[in-house]
Amino acid sequence: MLNTLDRIGLKHVVEIVSVDHSPISSKLTEMGLVSGQLITTLFKAPFGDPIAIELNGSVLSLRLEEAKFIEVKA
Amino acid sequence: MKIALLGNPNTGKSSVFNLLTGLRQQVGNFPGVTVDKRSGFVTLENVQHELIDFPGTYSIYPRSKEESVVFDVLSKPSHSQHPDQIIFVVDASNLQRNLLFFSQVYDLGIPCVLVLNMWDLAQRKGITISVDELSKLFPSVPIVQSNARVGLGKDRILQALVGLKNSFVQHKSFIDGYPLCPLEDVSAQKSEAEHRLKKIKSALVNVVQTNTPVGESISRKIDRVLIHPVFGYVIFALVLLTIFQFIFTFANAPMNWIDALFAHLSSWTSHVIQPGLVNDLLSQGIIPGIGGVVVFVPQIAMLFFFISILEESGYLSRVVFIMDRLMRPFGLNGKSVVPLMSSIACAIPGIMATRTISNWKERLITILVAPFMSCSARIPVYTLLISLVIPKTFVFGFINLQGIVLFGLYSLGIVFALLVSFLLKLFIKQKEKGFLLMELPDYKNLRWGNVFINVLEKVKIFIIDAGKIILAISIILWFLASFGPDMKGSMDVFSKSNSYQSMSEDEQSQAMASCKLSNSYIGILGKGMEPIIAPLGYDWKIGISLITSFAAREVFVGSLATIYAVQEEGDHQTLLIDRMRNEEKADGTPVFTLASGVSLMVFYVFAMQCMATLAVVKRETNSWKWPLIQLVFMGALAYLSAWLTFGILS
Repeated sequence: MLNTLDRIGLKHVVEIVSVDHSPISSKLTEMGLVSGQLITTLFKAPFGDPIAIELNGSVLSLRLEEAKFIEVKA
Repeated sequence: MKIALLGNPNTGKSSVFNLLTGLRQQVGNFPGVTVDKRSGFVTLENVQHELIDFPGTYSIYPRSKEESVVFDVLSKPSHSQHPDQIIFVVDASNLQRNLLFFSQVYDLGIPCVLVLNMWDLAQRKGITISVDELSKLFPSVPIVQSNARVGLGKDRILQALVGLKNSFVQHKSFIDGYPLCPLEDVSAQKSEAEHRLKKIKSALVNVVQTNTPVGESISRKIDRVLIHPVFGYVIFALVLLTIFQFIFTFANAPMNWIDALFAHLSSWTSHVIQPGLVNDLLSQGIIPGIGGVVVFVPQIAMLFFFISILEESGYLSRVVFIMDRLMRPFGLNGKSVVPLMSSIACAIPGIMATRTISNWKERLITILVAPFMSCSARIPVYTLLISLVIPKTFVFGFINLQGIVLFGLYSLGIVFALLVSFLLKLFIKQKEKGFLLMELPDYKNLRWGNVFINVLEKVKIFIIDAGKIILAISIILWFLASFGPDMKGSMDVFSKSNSYQSMSEDEQSQAMASCKLSNSYIGILGKGMEPIIAPLGYDWKIGISLITSFAAREVFVGSLATIYAVQEEGDHQTLLIDRMRNEEKADGTPVFTLASGVSLMVFYVFAMQCMATLAVVKRETNSWKWPLIQLVFMGALAYLSAWLTFGILS
């Protein structure tokens, strides 16, 4: 089932399907967020935003408005 | 020869820089931009070469105006900073992402050494790297391992640099058909990054082996507490409280020593040089002016000591993470929190700490509102005025009214910092949108060497860059306070008056100082502006103190003492308060009432009464435009609110 990263609950492992075009899409790609990459949702900041995810052993944080460009599947 | 140091953020790049250069470092800006340029020297075969530390980035393509210096320098061989050799630092525990930027740099064809740093961390994470296999991907690049945080790898890196010159291995592009994309073409950059990552990923299968240890890592366990919805904020508040306690407890003594030292130096100079203009300029203008710069050093050093600890340990990015959502509605960023909080001690280190905010608009807003936070220099002004006009009564029997007012003044500053940010957000236009996307690095043990070098660097920047502006303004202020069109005449007349003759010797010198200041250019200016400040409830004596306290807010107290000719011995503060209480206007009503006192406090909450802050804003924004705008809008806001306050209370 396809979804965007901002709507995934915590402690889920998902695979990136695509990164939508946006002003920051190249930056997301450069951080390793490319299709086929597995990521784990780790934790959220106290007001639910931003979120922290793990990929390749390092932790990235991004705002929900940035996460919504990332399409993932379970 | 120029050697560039490049790499992603959080790879220990600055540890490598410190390791290679030691204390032989300089700080400045890259030409034309406000990006810190750290440079130092390394010696290869008895020849010195310049090593330049570039900002840590994830790609050759910039995320912000500030990062574009990397692209500009690397893409233009004619650029004055273009390197002849490159040291590229990667985090050995995260090769895949680090190699993206490296492969871009590699394809430029500049001779390069690849440093696999944080080797120990990679091993702890169960990652093993085959250096031989990695070499096959980048045949012309020597690869060295280092662990710069504990001081390992210096000789290996230097040897590899020497070896570069004698290397005849043919350079072979990592990927073909991708010249540098134009900066505007985001989709071309994206497809380039995808292409590179794909190749890196498949190639790394032979290079990296991972046996992730079972169980949650220590960093994750710590995060559960530090990012907790309740404990996270409680701990951050406690950390701030500790820092402020420390600064307010320990910064005062060295500041007093510096004051005393420069006072001694002044009086010594005035005795050894023959009396005259040179003597006055030195002993009353230049030496106290330099003292006025140096006196900030203890606070700046202590704040950056703590900020560096927060940064080095990895905690700072967690603070950004938990504060980001709260700051966003105001046009600020999670990264604005530490600069603004630091400004409660002193706006200068606060403003200098905004360099971590990569988005220019968010950084500028943070710089512009930082002086609204009530700094420690306002405390003497607040306490003097509070004890003068606020009665020492208790609300509900136990809450001290004076304490409530002090709390109110601090809150007023914080509320307006946020309010003005919100307004500035609407007015300052910028194309690039702010975004967060950052790493939360693993928690690390502190390296005191890195902390120490960082503190030294900030102090140096302040003394050299801001110091000269502060010195220049203090000399102007000294001139205006020491000369006047008919100062001599007025002093002569006064010295012959009956009231002067009947004074004791001590009283005479106090009274003469008062007479001198009132007849100086500043005195005349103060009298001239009385009609402008009368609606706020102030007289010309307060006017003079407002002008002199532009040097630093706490000078307000000293200036009033001079004008009222209060003796400096004994309980100075009580004498001054008594004197102020009896001060009357021409019509016999008191000058300092509840209305004028509170109006003056409100004025000090808002007004940009600090030349050192202006000098630092000039340095950090690289133009006089922003400090002048700041001076005017804060002044206008101070005037309006003081006027309203006086009107309401009287």
